[in-house]
This record gives sequence, C-alpha cells and structure tokens, in this order.
Amino acid sequence: MSVAPATTTVDPYVDELLDRTSGAQPTTGDVTIENYTINFGPQHPAAHGVLRLVMELDGEVVERIDPHVGFLHRGTEKFIEHKTYIQSIPYFDRLDYCSPMCMEHSYVLAIEKLLDLEVPVRAQYLRVFFAELTRIMNHLLNLGSHVMDVGAMTPNLWLFELREDTMNFYERASGARMHANYFRPGGVHQDVPLKLLTDIADWLDTRLPRLFEDAISLVADNRIFKQRNVDIATVSRDDAIAWGFSGPMIRAAGIPWDLRKSQPYDAYAKMDFDIPVGTRGDCYDRFMVRVEEVRQSARIMKQCLAEMPEGPISSLDRKVVPPKRGEMKQSMEALIHHFKLYTEGFHVPAGEVYVATESPKGEFGVFLVADGSNKPYRCKIRPTAFSHLQAMDFMSRGHMLADTTAILGAMDIVFGECDR
Amino acid sequence: MRAPAPAFAADLNGETIGAARAALGSALLDAVDQVGEVAMYVTRDDVVTALRALRDTPGLEYQQLMEIAGVDYPGRPERFEVVYCLLSLTRNHRIHVHVSTDEDKPVPSVTGLWPVAGWLEREVYDLFGVLFTGNRDLRRILTDYGFSGHPMRKDFPLSGHVEMRYSEAEKRVIYQPVSLAQDFRNFDFQSPWEGAAYVLPGDEKAALPEAKGAPTPLKADTIAKADVSKTPETPAKAGSEPYGKTTNSTADTGAGRGNPGNKPSDKPADPAVIPTKGQGQNQ
Repeated sequence: MSVAPATTTVDPYVDELLDRTSGAQPTTGDVTIENYTINFGPQHPAAHGVLRLVMELDGEVVERIDPHVGFLHRGTEKFIEHKTYIQSIPYFDRLDYCSPMCMEHSYVLAIEKLLDLEVPVRAQYLRVFFAELTRIMNHLLNLGSHVMDVGAMTPNLWLFELREDTMNFYERASGARMHANYFRPGGVHQDVPLKLLTDIADWLDTRLPRLFEDAISLVADNRIFKQRNVDIATVSRDDAIAWGFSGPMIRAAGIPWDLRKSQPYDAYAKMDFDIPVGTRGDCYDRFMVRVEEVRQSARIMKQCLAEMPEGPISSLDRKVVPPKRGEMKQSMEALIHHFKLYTEGFHVPAGEVYVATESPKGEFGVFLVADGSNKPYRCKIRPTAFSHLQAMDFMSRGHMLADTTAILGAMDIVFGECDR
Repeated sequence: MRAPAPAFAADLNGETIGAARAALGSALLDAVDQVGEVAMYVTRDDVVTALRALRDTPGLEYQQLMEIAGVDYPGRPERFEVVYCLLSLTRNHRIHVHVSTDEDKPVPSVTGLWPVAGWLEREVYDLFGVLFTGNRDLRRILTDYGFSGHPMRKDFPLSGHVEMRYSEAEKRVIYQPVSLAQDFRNFDFQSPWEGAAYVLPGDEKAALPEAKGAPTPLKADTIAKADVSKTPETPAKAGSEPYGKTTNSTADTGAGRGNPGNKPSDKPADPAVIPTKGQGQNQ
C-alpha cells in the first residue's frame, strides 16, 4: 500500500467511508464500473448440478439473475406415456435422486386414487416409514452441502457418514442404494426383514442423534455461519404464496403448511409430529427448519416401528398387484396374472387426478390423466424446484455474489427433478 | 374413497362448485366433481378474470397456483388443454381449471396474478407450443438451445428428430438426424380376450370391471360410485331351473355356426386400440 496523503488516516477504507479520498489516489469507490454479466455454471460445484445462472452484477452486488435450466431434461414425462403404469415407477426414482421413494409416493397414490384401490395398513406404515427415512436422507445431504457452500467442511463429512447408513437401509429393503423402485400401486414391493427394522431402531436411538446433533452443533450457533445466512434472501409470507413455495421454503417464511398434516395420506393421520416454522424467512430459517424436520422424521419413524401391524404388504387384488414368484410356481392362475401384469399391465379407468405429497423439498405433485388403457395418457410432474428456482431472481437481488451459493443451498434444488 | 390419497377437504367440493358458478358466471362452462376432485372448464378469453375471482373471492380463496399442465388431445377441434392446479391454504382445498386451445389461439397469461406462472407457462409453450399473451419472457425453458418442435405433442416421436454427438473430424459437437439401429417398436399388449369392447352373450355383467385393474370402458368416477354394489344383481329367472336357462333348443347354442365375433371383421372398431403397422406381427 502506498503512503496515504497527510489529510487522511492510515486506513484507506475509513478514508473512503469518510469521503476523504484524494483524486490523485482514487480507491475503487471513485472508479465507475459498468454492470457486467457473468455465467455461474453450468459446471460449478456450488450450482448443485447443472444450473446456469446468467448474472448481471454491479461490482459484487447482484442486479439480476436469469437461471437457465433444462440441461438435465430427459423427457421423463414423454417416456412415461410410452410405458405401462408399473414400468414407469423407476423413472420417478431418477427425478429427485436424493429422495427417490418420496417421488414414487405421489405417483402410486395417484394410481391408487384412480383405481380406488385399498392399501393394507402395514403397507401404509412401511411407506410412511421409508418416506421419512428418505426425508432424513435428503436433509442430511442438503444440510451438509449447504454448510459446505458457505465454507464449513466438517459437518458435511459427518452427515455423509449418516447418509451412507440410510442408503444401506435402502439397499436392505429394496435391493438398491438409490433407485429403489420400492413403492407399488397397492403397497410396497416386498416385506422388510425384522432385523432391518431393529437395526434402524438402534440407529435412530444411537447413531443418528449423536452424529447429527454433533454436526449441527458445529454450525447452528456458529458466528460465521450465521453471518453468512441470517437475513440473507428474506421472503415474506405473501411472496412465498405468490411464488408457489412449498415445503421448508414456505414454512421458513412463517406459514405452518405441511401436506402430511393438512392433507394426510397413508398412515400420516395417525402420526404425532410437529411442524417447525421460521420467523424471518431467511436462509438460516430454511436451514433450521430442515434440521428440526430431521428430528421430527425420526420421531415419526419410531412411532411407525412401535405401531406397525403384521399383515399383507400390498393389496391382494391380483388384477393390480402381481403374485410372488413362489406362488407363481404353485398356481396356474398366479402364473397367468404374473404374465399379464408384467406384459400388458393393469388398466386404469379414465379420469384426471392431481395428487401431491410432501416430499422433502416441498409439494411434489403428479397430474395423471388416464384414458382407460394400460399406459398413462399424460403424466405431468410438478417439481418443487421449478417454482423455487424461479424465485432466485428476486431473492438474490441486492445481495452479494457470494450469497447466491447460500441462497441456492438453502433452496435445496436437485436438477433431476427440476429438469425432468 | 378407499385409496389412501392425500385427504384434502373434499367435502367442500359441492359448495365450491356452487360458489364458483356464482362468482364466475358465464366464464365457467362446466364444473364437475370427479374422483373426489373438482375440475372446472372455463372459456379461454376469461381465464384471467376467472382465476382472479377464484383467488380473491371470499369462500373460494385459491391463493396458490401450484402447476400449469398441458395436455394434448389430437382428436379434438381445439387440441390442447391447459390445466391450472390451484390450492387454497385457508380452505385446504384443491381444484383444477381447464382451458382448451390450439396451436394458433393464444391463452391470456396469468403472470399478473401469480408471478410463478412465468416459468410454468414457458414450459407449456416449450413442450406443447401453446402461446400465452402477456407473458413477457416466453422463451423455451427445458429443451436445448436452438431446439425446434414441441416434444410433448402426441405426434412428436419418442426418439425425436435429431441426435447430438461429438464429431472427431470437425472437432465440435454436431447434430444429425436420428438413426436407430433397430426400428422403434411400440409394443401393444392390449389383449383381445380381455380388452375387447364387445360383450359376449351371457357376459353382460362385464359392463363393470371384473376387478380393479381390469380393462373397462367406464370412467374412474363411475366405478367409485358403483363400487357399493359391485355386480348388478341379475333377477332370478322364473321357472324351475335354479341357474336361469338361456338356451331352449340346439339352435340357440350357436352350434353349427362359425365362432361368433371371433374374426377381426366381426369386432367393432375400437378407437382405443391402435392397430400396429405390422398387423400385430411384431408382438
């Protein structure tokens, strides 16, 4: 730094604040800078996937953001129109690949609604149980990556260790670590072994609270973490409603809206849990709402374990649910049903339904148009990320460039779901 | 409703339809309660006033626009349907509002009511080619830069028209027409013995589906309502026979005649069953 003129203090920043800079030695405040446009992504670790943000900056302050999405567009909805109802369940795992079973949930509920199909109680409990495990799995990833986006490394590593456990549970239930394909119209694909349930119960009692609370204690009251998140991108209640927010985003804005409570599906009506609500609607609130949701999900899972009855794990309607292989070896009728359901599939009577469930990221809906055939006529998927990401522009306006990663991290966006 | 679907306040369906008729007036073409959900059909020109009334009228209060879905029905005079899925947070109720249009007739944009409609309309424009007047940013959103066509239309092939690869010769990414090593096969598994639209003699009870998941020409709503009495009771035939005899002579049995209705020409043309190119040979 050069020697400052005698009229000024030693610190150029204080000089600039006091308007004591001389024309001979201009600081950056005296130089006019044109607005300029930069690209954030599509390949950027903090973009959480393939997102391209075209940002117009005034210095380091964001003036306008134009998010470009669609880099992961695979035409899922078009594929679904060409597959039978059961064949298209795996496509849902690949939408939000951080919470696969919650994606399947809306779809199977929509089919069941059109078929007016009853689901056995144990199947409902199993679906709620795994939907909540999925919620924990999703939040572990999001909370970890959010703190890493704002500069902390350790919690992410600890939370990933927990997430690894949840994926092992996934594998033991469904056979796959991510793309489970476990929920079926009428119930779930197969029953879970008792040892898996006891292992998850142990995990809920010991490992999850210990590791999770340890990791969160590092950041929840951390001064640097708060400086990066508190009062960043505050969203009012009116804005949250007008921009179609849902899930933790609308709850952080102070609206106690949770589809599991207000429009209960499966066994949620029997569950006892609380809905965390934010007070300021900023990034810190969104973070803390998710933290509390993990605890509440663990609570729901424990209730499921305590109350889950014995019984069939899927509907016994053999025109919808295929028989198991063992049964097929014994019974001619089961063989016919197995063949028919895995080739032609079942027929869904004509009708239109919009079924939305509370996925970890918000309201995940399926608008299903059936025409009476064995394939959906139209299956419109309502992703959570689409409306949230659209709000990126007004949420980031006036904030610094570095804040966009915190805003993006607190939105919890996965592009498999956003782009479909 | 026995399915464990999300239980919003479906008991409000009736009064919602009544209140909507009063608030929307002539803009509302029809309002039906199907499978426990209210579907409203409004005229295209009045969609903004209708949706504003649905949002602001006390007693309707649909504050949130959750989704805009496009649906393509090529057989209709106006082939596209744009469906607005609305949610009321205060009344805990959902409806969907349907508007029909075609390639040329634009739909008024609702971005003035809900800013979230901006991207949702862009998506319908991108995938179906429905135009929205008043949307200031009607660009493509999901498809590639420079994409042509509207992929969710029913006449757009699943495989698309162009494919992209890196050309070693030109040292850049190039687009070229899709070449499939094997013809695209659309398997038609609709079985003629269960999917037939005609009713065999003596099989009149087949009007209702035999079981859930079996093919039926009925709508989901009709079945849910008829579910209480699953099979229509056939009145017991008068006479001594307990099973109700239907044939009295050998002529009634169809003996000596060809198998009735088993030739393709005897079957009624079913618009739901699209004949495959190879006359079923590729099945």
